[in-house]
Amino acid sequence: MFEKIWNNHVIVAGEEKPSILYIDLHLVHEVTSPQAFEGLRLTGRKVRRPDLTFATMDHNVPTKDRFNISDPISKQQVDTLTENCREFGVKLYDLNTIDQGVVHVMGPELGLTHPGKTIVCGDSHTSTHGAFGALAFGIGTSEVEHVLATQCLQQSKAKTMVIRFNGKRKPGITAKDMILGLIAKYGTDFGTGYVMEYTGEAIRSLTMEERMTVCNMSIEAGARAGLIAPDETTFEYLRGREYAPQGAAFDAAVEQWKALCTDDGAEFDSVLDFDVDSLIPQVTWGTSPGMGTGITSSVPVPENLPTENERKAAANALEYMDLKPGTPMTDIEIDYVFIGSCTNGRIEDLRAAASVARGHKVSPRVTAIVVPGSGRVKIQAEKEGLDKVFTEAGFEWRDAGCSMCLAMNPDVLKPGQRCASTSNRNFEGRQGRGGRTHLVSPEMAAAAAVQGRFVDVRTWDFKSEVKA
Amino acid sequence: MEPFVKLNGLVAPVDRVNVDTDAIIPKQFLKRIERSGFGQFLFFEWRWDEQGNVIPEFNLNKPRYQGASVLLSRANFGCGSSREHAPWAIMDYGFRCIIAPSFADIFYNNCFKNGILPIKLSEEQVDDLFNRTNATEGYKLNVDLENKTITDGEGLNIPFELDEHRRQFLLQGLDDIGLTLQHEAAITAYEAKRAAGATA
Repeated sequence: MFEKIWNNHVIVAGEEKPSILYIDLHLVHEVTSPQAFEGLRLTGRKVRRPDLTFATMDHNVPTKDRFNISDPISKQQVDTLTENCREFGVKLYDLNTIDQGVVHVMGPELGLTHPGKTIVCGDSHTSTHGAFGALAFGIGTSEVEHVLATQCLQQSKAKTMVIRFNGKRKPGITAKDMILGLIAKYGTDFGTGYVMEYTGEAIRSLTMEERMTVCNMSIEAGARAGLIAPDETTFEYLRGREYAPQGAAFDAAVEQWKALCTDDGAEFDSVLDFDVDSLIPQVTWGTSPGMGTGITSSVPVPENLPTENERKAAANALEYMDLKPGTPMTDIEIDYVFIGSCTNGRIEDLRAAASVARGHKVSPRVTAIVVPGSGRVKIQAEKEGLDKVFTEAGFEWRDAGCSMCLAMNPDVLKPGQRCASTSNRNFEGRQGRGGRTHLVSPEMAAAAAVQGRFVDVRTWDFKSEVKA
Repeated sequence: MEPFVKLNGLVAPVDRVNVDTDAIIPKQFLKRIERSGFGQFLFFEWRWDEQGNVIPEFNLNKPRYQGASVLLSRANFGCGSSREHAPWAIMDYGFRCIIAPSFADIFYNNCFKNGILPIKLSEEQVDDLFNRTNATEGYKLNVDLENKTITDGEGLNIPFELDEHRRQFLLQGLDDIGLTLQHEAAITAYEAKRAAGATA
C-alpha cells in the first residue's frame, strides 16, 4: 500500500537523491507555522495551493474562557496565524467556528482525510491520518514552508514494516492498550526509518476512531507513518462528510480506494507479530511511552533490566516519577485526570469514559477534566448528555483544544502532581514542569478519577443509565 | 543556510537515551514567532531548577564544557515532537554537530535544514567517545564532512556514513525550496494531469 501511494505521488524520482513527492493535503496550526509564513514573505513566495491548505488553532487555546488568551505571547501566536491565513488566502477554522479543534481530530471530521492521499502537518501526530490508508507524516517548520511554497517535499523512501495484531480483544481492552502494549514490548525506536502498516483481525474490527488512536501513536514507536488499509469501515465513516466526494463521485472514489490495499504476497522489510488475546489494560510508569506495563503488574526493578542504558534510564525515570520499584500499579495514587487529545479526544472516547464515570463520583483528591477534541465533538457529546454524566460525576467539561497533552495553554500540572492522561507522551515536564504523567485509555482514566488511583477497568462496576 | 564543511570543537556529553524534543526545548518557549534566540532555553529544565537556580551537575553548566560545539548523546536522540525549535535551540546555543547511535526521523531531517550535522556511530564507538570525553578535560574532535571522518589528534580516526545527497546539501548550504522549484514545470504538469481526473 505504501508503495502504491508513493508511486502515485512521485513527480521526480530520485536515484541517488530524494524524490520530489506531491502533497495532497497540508494542515497547519499556530505553533509550527509562523516562521514558515515569514520565510515566504522574506523570499517573496506565495502559497502554491491555498485550496489544499487548511489551518486551525489548537495548541495555545484555553479550554475555558477561550476567547480570553491571557498569555500575550500565546495570543500573539494565535493572532499571527489569523493574519497569515488572511494574507496568504488559507482557509482557517478559528475559535468562532464549530469545526475548530485539535488539528488531527478536525481533518478527518471534515472529511479532508482520504485513503491514498499524501498528508503533512508541522506536527508529529500527523500519523493519525494513516488510519484511513493515507500516507501522513509530521514535518518541521522548514518543510512546512517548503510545502506552502511548492506543494511538494523532497523525500527518501522509507522502509516498510508490517505489524500483525493477532487474536481478538477481550472486554475492557481498547485500541489505546493495543498501541501502548506494542510500544511497551518493542520500544520507542523500533519503527525509526519505517512506515508501519497495521494488519490483522484485531485491526479490522476497530472502528475508524479506534484506528486513529493506533496510528496516532506510530510516532511514539519512532515510525515515520502508520497505515491501515481502507475498508467498508473507512468508506462509511467518510460518506457524506463535507470534503468527501459526493454522490456518484463517492462511489467512483471508493473503487479507487479499494485498489490501494496491499496485494497478497507483498514483501515488507520487516514483520512483527503482536498477540492481542493476552493483552491487559496498559499503564505507563516512566518518562518514555515505552515504559509501560499491564495494570496487574508492578513498577519494574531497574537492576533487573538487561542493558546498562536501560537500567540508567529506568532509574532516572523512577526518580522523576517518584515511584518505588515493585509497587503494584493499582497502588499508585493520582491527583489529576486528563481525558482528551488527538489520541483520545473523539466522541467514542468520551462515550467510553462516560460509561465508566456514569453514576460515580470523582475522588476528592482528584481534579479531572474532559476536553473534547473539536467543537463538533463537544456538540455531539452534549446532544447525547455526556457532558451531564461527566459534570454530575465531578469532572470539568471544557472547550476543544490540545489542553494538557502538552500544556502550552493554561492547563498545566503543578510540580509533583501525578496525572492519569489519555494523551500520547509521558516525557519529563510534558504536562508541566515536575508533572508526572501516566498514559492510559479513556476508560482507565475515568476509573482512576473515581478511585483516586489506578484500577483494572475490567472489574469496574458499570452503572446503567437511570431511566426517567 | 550556513554550510558545514569542517569543525574542530569541544565535546559536551549528555548521557541519556531517548532525549526527546520536549527536553531539548520545553513547550513554553514554542510560542515565539521568530526562528532565533532559542539557545538560552536549550535543555531548560535540566539547566535550571524550579526556582531558576543553576543545576551544577548538568554537564552544560560545568565550566569545562563551556563553548562546546559537538554534542554527544545516546540512542533515539530527538524523539517526540516535530518542533524545529529543537535544532534551532541547539544551533543557537553553539552546537554544529551531534553524535549519537541513532536519531529520531523528523529531528534528523530538521538538522539538515539548519546546517547541523548529525552523525550516527555504533554503540561501541559512542561509548568510547563518552569515555574519552569524560577522561580528558577540554577533549575536542575534528569533524571533517568532506572526508567523512572524526579524529581527535590522539590517534582516534573514525569514518562515518552519510547519505551523499545530504552531505552535498550541508557542504554547499543549499536552499531546498529553490531546488524543488527548479522542477516547476513537472509540478505543474502533475497538477494538470490530476485535475484531468487521473488517479491520485
